[in-house]
Amino acid sequence: MTRLNVNPTRQELRRLRERLKTSVRGHKLLKDKTDEMIRQFCILIRENKRLREEVEADLAGALKNFSAAKAVMDERALEEAFLLPAASVTLTCGEKSVMSVAVPDIEVHEETRGNAPYAYASVSSEVDGSVAALAAVLPKLVRLASVEKTCNLLAGEIERTKRRVNALEYVMIPQYEETIRYIVMKLDENERGATTRLMKVKEMLAAERER
Amino acid sequence: MSDKMAVIGDKDSVFAFKAVGVAVFGASGEGEAKEKIKELVKENYKVIFLTEDLAQKLDGFLERYRSAPYPAVIPVPCGGAGAGFAMESLKRDMERAIGADILFKDKDKK
Repeated sequence: MTRLNVNPTRQELRRLRERLKTSVRGHKLLKDKTDEMIRQFCILIRENKRLREEVEADLAGALKNFSAAKAVMDERALEEAFLLPAASVTLTCGEKSVMSVAVPDIEVHEETRGNAPYAYASVSSEVDGSVAALAAVLPKLVRLASVEKTCNLLAGEIERTKRRVNALEYVMIPQYEETIRYIVMKLDENERGATTRLMKVKEMLAAERER
Repeated sequence: MSDKMAVIGDKDSVFAFKAVGVAVFGASGEGEAKEKIKELVKENYKVIFLTEDLAQKLDGFLERYRSAPYPAVIPVPCGGAGAGFAMESLKRDMERAIGADILFKDKDKK
């Protein structure tokens, strides 16, 4: 590992030791953060998969019914039937924080009206079924949306944090340690040099006095 | 406060959503869908469902919405081309985060 290009002085040494301490602490914190994020992510991604499988199955059923209905009905009649929605769903979009990652938190409010807003006589029965099925799947779809987005965001954040942990662990911290060692060696060497010089001078002085 | 959601896709697949009160926007090609998404994001739609085939084609474009909590652009199946894309992106996320596949490995073994 390369050492940093710094002057081997006591001041520099103190500064580097401080930075090393901060890096080690930061490394530990970030590592803990990734561990927790991965735990949460594992839970969420399982839920995500389950929800998606459910939604895909339900939706496929509903849409199949619907296209069957469309085949037997006039398109304009169908469009007219759907001018007013049978159920309306409103969302309340908030944000919550998972390990300080802002993720969406969506609430669904359903308002079902008792009767379909079209005359039963004018549409085929497949439509009734598929509309009911769709209305049932919609809250799940919204839930899926929020879970999937959360997974998405967490995945990005985990990746980023991991990179930082690795940078600290394999680059920054070894670099600081190496540089600190270098400075300590250099300072010790200087000290030894000064001591021997003093001893030498003393010897010379003593020799001169004797003469 | 209520927030809006929308569905974008080819008219045949998404028309049914109109019945349950979701705003439906038809888009036949990827270019059209792209414009529509930009527009909807500007109009503050929070949740946008996109049919899988379009989502697959617009993967690169959707990257820009990935880093913020909203808007959430979510692929939904439409029965046509691109089926399984959503699962694929789920898998990609997982590999990005943990570096290993923990959900689908059993399935592949079989």
